[in-house]
Amino acid sequence: MKRTACILILVFAAALHIGCTQHAAATYSLPNPTAYGAAIVESSGGKQVAEVGTPLPQPLVVQVNDDQGNAVGGALVVLHGPNGIYLDPAAGLTDSSGQLTSNISMGTIPGRYQLTATTTTKAGKTVEVKLEEIALGYQETLGSQLNDQYCARCHNQESTPERVSNYDNLEVKPHPFTEGDTLNKMSDADLIAIISHGGPALNKSPLMAPYGYTLSKSEIQALIAYIRMVSDPPYGAPGIVYTQK
Amino acid sequence: MSLPNPLEKLRQKLFGDAVILFGWISLVLLILLAIAPAKNFFADWHRYQRGYQRLISKRSDAFTLRRHFEPGIQQIWLPEMDVVDRCTTCHSALKETTLADVSIQPYRPHPPIPHKAEEFGCVVCHRGQGIATSVEDAHKSTLAWEEPLLPAKYLESSCGQCHQQDLKGTPQLNLGRKMLRSYGCVHCHTIKRPDSTVISATDDPPSLAHIADKTTREWIFAWLKDPQAYSTTATMPTFKLNDDDARDISAFLISSSTPGSLKVVQASLDTAKKVKDNAELQTKASSLYGESFCASCHAVQNAAGNLVGGNIGPELTKVGSKVKPEWLQAWVRNPHDYDPGTGMPHYRFNDQEVGELTGFLLAKVDNDLLANVHLDAPTPEQIAHGKRLVNDYGCASCHEINGLKRPENFAPELTKIGSKPVNQLAFAPGVPHTLYDYIGAKIKQPRAFGSSLKMPQYTFTPAQIDALVNALLSHNERALTIPAAKTVPAPPPSHYEPAGKAGQLISDLNCFECHAINGRGGDMAPDLTWEGSSVQRDWLVQFFRNPNTLRPALIRRMPKFNLTDAEINTLTDYILTVYQSPKVDRDSMPLAGYPMAQVELGRQLYYSKYGCQSCHIIDTKQDKGYIGPTLTHVGSRLTAAWVYNWMKDPAALRPGTQEPKRNMSDDDARALTAFLMSEKGSEKQEAKKR
Repeated sequence: MKRTACILILVFAAALHIGCTQHAAATYSLPNPTAYGAAIVESSGGKQVAEVGTPLPQPLVVQVNDDQGNAVGGALVVLHGPNGIYLDPAAGLTDSSGQLTSNISMGTIPGRYQLTATTTTKAGKTVEVKLEEIALGYQETLGSQLNDQYCARCHNQESTPERVSNYDNLEVKPHPFTEGDTLNKMSDADLIAIISHGGPALNKSPLMAPYGYTLSKSEIQALIAYIRMVSDPPYGAPGIVYTQK
Repeated sequence: MSLPNPLEKLRQKLFGDAVILFGWISLVLLILLAIAPAKNFFADWHRYQRGYQRLISKRSDAFTLRRHFEPGIQQIWLPEMDVVDRCTTCHSALKETTLADVSIQPYRPHPPIPHKAEEFGCVVCHRGQGIATSVEDAHKSTLAWEEPLLPAKYLESSCGQCHQQDLKGTPQLNLGRKMLRSYGCVHCHTIKRPDSTVISATDDPPSLAHIADKTTREWIFAWLKDPQAYSTTATMPTFKLNDDDARDISAFLISSSTPGSLKVVQASLDTAKKVKDNAELQTKASSLYGESFCASCHAVQNAAGNLVGGNIGPELTKVGSKVKPEWLQAWVRNPHDYDPGTGMPHYRFNDQEVGELTGFLLAKVDNDLLANVHLDAPTPEQIAHGKRLVNDYGCASCHEINGLKRPENFAPELTKIGSKPVNQLAFAPGVPHTLYDYIGAKIKQPRAFGSSLKMPQYTFTPAQIDALVNALLSHNERALTIPAAKTVPAPPPSHYEPAGKAGQLISDLNCFECHAINGRGGDMAPDLTWEGSSVQRDWLVQFFRNPNTLRPALIRRMPKFNLTDAEINTLTDYILTVYQSPKVDRDSMPLAGYPMAQVELGRQLYYSKYGCQSCHIIDTKQDKGYIGPTLTHVGSRLTAAWVYNWMKDPAALRPGTQEPKRNMSDDDARALTAFLMSEKGSEKQEAKKR
């Protein structure tokens, strides 16, 4: 009796052990690199903006180079990100042009998401590149829509086929909203004043028109939330920066 | 009686005495009584509340935070909304904005939104089980409850439960709703809004009643097999037909087609033939294509493979492989002859111009498209089989086809799709068992749910699918039962129809495709509801004769319709008399003769105080503003009363305009009006010449 029980317990324990280890193995299977680079750089897709939970408009592309600066195919790249962010794929080998392309969906909390892409050199050293993507909450999304409608024509230097930028036509150049060096020094009250009452409110150019009779208070708040979110370097305390622990 | 046995001894020892027995029973009772408080003590929410207190104790504003904190189970109860939400039990800090830096749940404050939790609760937007008090029960599907929390990317759907009109803060929901209407979803699926109005389609699939006049059976075959091979922007989905099915459907469509009344002008056909094969004439015709601003609506792929042009009409990159020359010349002459409901305007081209444009378009050929399509003459069985397939796939839901009625309720109604119980869904393998994953997977690959299903394959991007899921999730049981006081209905659709001769002209020119009047029409061009108060007669006449754009940066422009003087007069008279704003009396201020001092003051205000040159051009040498219309001729274009009222409040005259309201004084507005009315453009230049 006792012996049978013992055997049964042993069999169960073994089954449990096998079951668990196999599961763990499946989660962490990485492809074997066929080549090694010396450096990893961002090719495109950093500093993008998307609503919380949604995919970024463009995929993230990182490139592995050797010490001559030539692209290395077949190197292993691993992406790390904070909880909630979805990386597809999170790791893989670079293609023949030395690049790894990953589609990224933002997490559920609005804010800046820091990602790192790492690769291993021949000597076994890990090199990495830090990247940042921005997730917009409700307020910032509303702000980005208002920005598109009222601000971007002057404050964004980029022209698109649908929208020609007015930036170059202005005698006094507006600050792009990503220009954190300038905008971060302005308090929320200053931003509210200049948006509501125009440039002259802060002794600046009257080319900046007042929008206080066009936008509601909550819309101006939303616009400021958006400006703060996309500014580079980031605005305010680094507390809202989410990194992986 | 029995043998003394060790167990019996033990029983005697423990329970033999009544007092000892009583002691044991008391102990058991005590333990049983302790279970409830212990369970409570070890409950999820209790642990989170202790964690919250630990978290706030280390912060500088601990005193305030502790005063706000209420221990125990918290509940938001809104009987009229059917809300019992205990989420705030664990999410203690929802209103504590000073905790904005906290990134650990459940202690994050709620990001700012326009609604208060006390008025709407939590599950109205987030779903999940509000009544639950354990993490698992509240957030995930369980055996008893199957309403999981909504992922962040679908949250906008919840706004759509109450808000039936577009909101600025919900771009995804807006896109999804637009797509439901423009990709033809609502042709087959009925969707009713909570106020029981049916959502109508905005696309206009062509009638197939005279299809044999327009195109060949070979092209229909190729199109049915893969619409996107002909045009990457085609909205028609793929029905995944095999060669035999496509052959039979094309046979049926051609055989069911009746001849329309095509007006064939041989001279135009001859011109077209010449232009088609002659590079020099092609260049000339292409400038006619450009001058007529066909590209405002139609796109053509350029050499680099980029689409250039608008998306109102179909893409024309391969149109020469599709249409018959006789049909095309008749269509260019007057599209309403073939399709009375078409959005394409009736240009008044002469036979020569018709021929040139026809030849220009016929040269846009893709030789590979039909290279491998060889169809034999159809047998009656094939035609009959084609008809059966057309019925099976519900083609008549979208297209008018001779001899077929539009099927009613061809596909399931989707009015309550957003709250469909998961246990009623048949999931395809590999699809997670949630409603939103089901809807997304169904749109992405309908036939994965069964090869006999009829729903066609669309070519949507993942972002478009998410937008559609958002729109569909908003159509649910809650949206139908929410108290009317809390909802914002959609603006009633406008069925405005202009009257008389001008009305006929407006529909002949399809003005509503681009311009909106009285709530009806497109948003590509300015709203014309108050145009009669806005412009001067001479300018309007001149504009109809030769529409040149007012905005330098605009790519899409108003085409020249080659109207006759009589037609221009009819339209101008109608616009000036009927489209008047009650707020602006067009004759209340003079068009000229303002005192010089007032004009000068206006000029100063224009350039210094109001900085108008950042968006407008008045002096072509120094001003560069590219956003608003050029104002060099504004004094001979607009009425003074309109300019004055525009200065006072632009959005009141044209809602949604980019120009901000400046809250300017009456004097400033009058001076600016005087200055702008003095800018008469050409007259001034002519005066200089003299």
